[in-house]
Amino acid sequence: MARKTIRTIPQERAVMPVQEPEIRTGNFDEVAQGFNLENALIECERCLVCPQAACIAGCPVGIDIPGFICKIIDKDYRGAYNLMTDANFLPAICGRVCPQEDQCEGVCPVGDTLEPVAIGRLERWLGDLAIAEGWTKESHIEPNRFRVGIIGSGPAGMACAADLAKAGCAVTVYEALHEPGGVLRYGIPEFRLPNSVVDAEIGNLIKLGIEIKCNTLAGRLFTVEDMIGEMGYDAVFIGTGAGSPRFMDIPGENLNGVLSANELLTRCNLMKAGQFPEYDTPLHLGRRVAVIGSGNTAMDAMRVSLRLGAEKVYCVYRRTEAESPARVEEIHHAQEEGIEFHWLTAPVEILGDSDSNVRGMKCIRMELGEPDASGRRRPEPIEDSEYEFETDMVVYAIGTTANPILGQTSHIRLNERGYIETDENLATSLAGVYAGGDIVTGAATVILAMGAGRKAARSIKTYLGIRDSETAHRPEYATIETSMFGIDRAERNFVRVRLE
Amino acid sequence: MVDHDNRRDGVTRARDLTSGANMDGIAASGFPILARTDFSDTTFLLEIYHPTMARAARPGQFVILIAHDHGERIPLTIADFDPAKGTITLVIQAVGKTTREMQRDFRKGGNILGMVGPMGEPSHISEAKKVICVGGGLGVAPIFPQARGFKQAGAYVIGVVGFRSSDLIFWEDKFRQVCDEFMICTDDGSAGLKGLVTEGIEAAIARHPDIDEVVAIGPPIMMKACAEATRPHKIKTIVSLNPIMVDGTGMCGGCRVRVGGRIKFACVDGPDFDGHDVDFDDLMTRLQRFKEDERMALEKWSENCRRLALEPSQTGEKGGS
Repeated sequence: MARKTIRTIPQERAVMPVQEPEIRTGNFDEVAQGFNLENALIECERCLVCPQAACIAGCPVGIDIPGFICKIIDKDYRGAYNLMTDANFLPAICGRVCPQEDQCEGVCPVGDTLEPVAIGRLERWLGDLAIAEGWTKESHIEPNRFRVGIIGSGPAGMACAADLAKAGCAVTVYEALHEPGGVLRYGIPEFRLPNSVVDAEIGNLIKLGIEIKCNTLAGRLFTVEDMIGEMGYDAVFIGTGAGSPRFMDIPGENLNGVLSANELLTRCNLMKAGQFPEYDTPLHLGRRVAVIGSGNTAMDAMRVSLRLGAEKVYCVYRRTEAESPARVEEIHHAQEEGIEFHWLTAPVEILGDSDSNVRGMKCIRMELGEPDASGRRRPEPIEDSEYEFETDMVVYAIGTTANPILGQTSHIRLNERGYIETDENLATSLAGVYAGGDIVTGAATVILAMGAGRKAARSIKTYLGIRDSETAHRPEYATIETSMFGIDRAERNFVRVRLE
Repeated sequence: MVDHDNRRDGVTRARDLTSGANMDGIAASGFPILARTDFSDTTFLLEIYHPTMARAARPGQFVILIAHDHGERIPLTIADFDPAKGTITLVIQAVGKTTREMQRDFRKGGNILGMVGPMGEPSHISEAKKVICVGGGLGVAPIFPQARGFKQAGAYVIGVVGFRSSDLIFWEDKFRQVCDEFMICTDDGSAGLKGLVTEGIEAAIARHPDIDEVVAIGPPIMMKACAEATRPHKIKTIVSLNPIMVDGTGMCGGCRVRVGGRIKFACVDGPDFDGHDVDFDDLMTRLQRFKEDERMALEKWSENCRRLALEPSQTGEKGGS
């Protein structure tokens, strides 16, 4: 077959059905409905299968993207899934929530002239297919008798757990909430990531032999030092996330009706406050809701409010749409759904009524000045431009700070901002203890946390002296030199494969 | 009570953390209730089996409880803990829907879906030589381990506890064992001193000019009054705050309180704070946040109970020690 070129591939992206805005704001079903088989095959045809695939380097977990696309084209869907899950155990989740436009799709050469290959949608399609077909990864796990404890069942912890379990470690994951999944459970709403998908992907991890213990607050119930000490773990990974919401310390912040996006989302997603009083957790949603911030969490908070019946939802952000940290697609969806954006606007005061409930917000208009440390132009207030508007609820989505619990309860070294300090291999100041994800970097994305979890798993394997098994479970296509009692050049580790 | 099977494909909400096996053969489905004692029509005590937590808990810490899969997460201060028996003791006052439901459903031999903790910074048992430990209402139970802690640290402990009336009194014997002086105050004068706990504090301060510290746990209005009572005497006063929370791990910010003009999260920065710095009015306002929803949930639940002829009943072992 002749090599595909930019001229011979389908010029337009395959169609993915999307719920219409006026319908979707009345339900919690997914907005983007995903490819069907036909659309997936069309989209696969758009991949040029570059020999030096930029997309693999662009992926924080290094998925062999052209590889799995070729397998889909060959109608070897199972093979595609196996290849995918070598690198990423949670494709149905990452296909939905990764910012692909900044990663794999952002570096796709097709994107130079056309829309880049919809890698994320293909990943999601494959992940959903695997869930529907009940596929799990066939792993030939040989127990190595090492025990690893993992704190946090979010994306970082789960990615780390998967890799270590595949290497043969006995892995226990501790979760403080009563359900596993971390931010995937409490944070990301149903219409972006259904709980059934999270359940299915976590189910796959459990099939690897990973044990998840909920209702367990590491740090307080036992310390990190206890885990390495009397609890007998050979290594520990900390993936507790960033956690603590930021407030601005402006007047009126403690009024009733002011809350963090974390609280709003946790009440709705984890505790199902939308179904109060059938579920016991209340939310007391305002008729009008103003959300401060313009990141993905802000978008989620706004769109959840809308679906729960808020009549009017405002976004208040001190910069412009161009500087918004949210994914373009999310802002676009939010705009379609009728959210009113107040760009270049900063809150000055939250106004309360005589019962200490929020009645409105006083804001000031901003303009962009010189670029600041983040490279974004610094917003500066315009004098005498203050104005008030009415709202019943104010939601803070302006980022998070480090959760203090592990710092309070262990001698682990923190940096000046309270995050855990690690070296380039994600080792902390405590021997055998590794950390990754938001608790190291500050708030970032699901996939970056997963990438950190995998990196830490690799470091832990090196620390424990475990022979690397990353290629061990795919004997059918692993090349001789990387699999057959040879040396994995990337890992510098001996690899043994149990051939069937 | 519905038996909630919370074991789902290897996800355990389990207690025993140091080994894979379940301790004493108790299945890893929830947290077993080993004993229940009813102190009054509204107040009851639970002893819950959680050996790891019983070892880890310190005075002043709290747990978050979730009763069933439709339940809410509620914070409760740990009233006592017994590493030998492996139990955590909670004293619950049935005031809203969730706590009344707990009163109805939590029985000896039953299971609680979720209990996580111990949360919060433990109370600092200081070097104080003479302390007053004040408990009011629900705060009577959690002040006990603090009084015991001070006693063990060699302090002279004056216990002051307040109840509405004599029939609500519990744990008098326990307190007398760890307090050098012990005063009961009742609103109606049916036992001990007639009046509020603040009068007990004033009386104690009048007798002992050398009080180093006061620890007060109870309803916010009581803690506020205690802080005001000690302020003119410049006696350090520690209070334990129990605002509305969801996760209890510093993630939601729902429990934020104003202390010394700054925002603090009671779940991770507290729950103990300097009572002279706490903005109690702010705390009390924020506790009203879901007043309407709470009233609605309770009415609806009571109505359902009536309909099903499941009027909340008082069973369990009557009486306290």
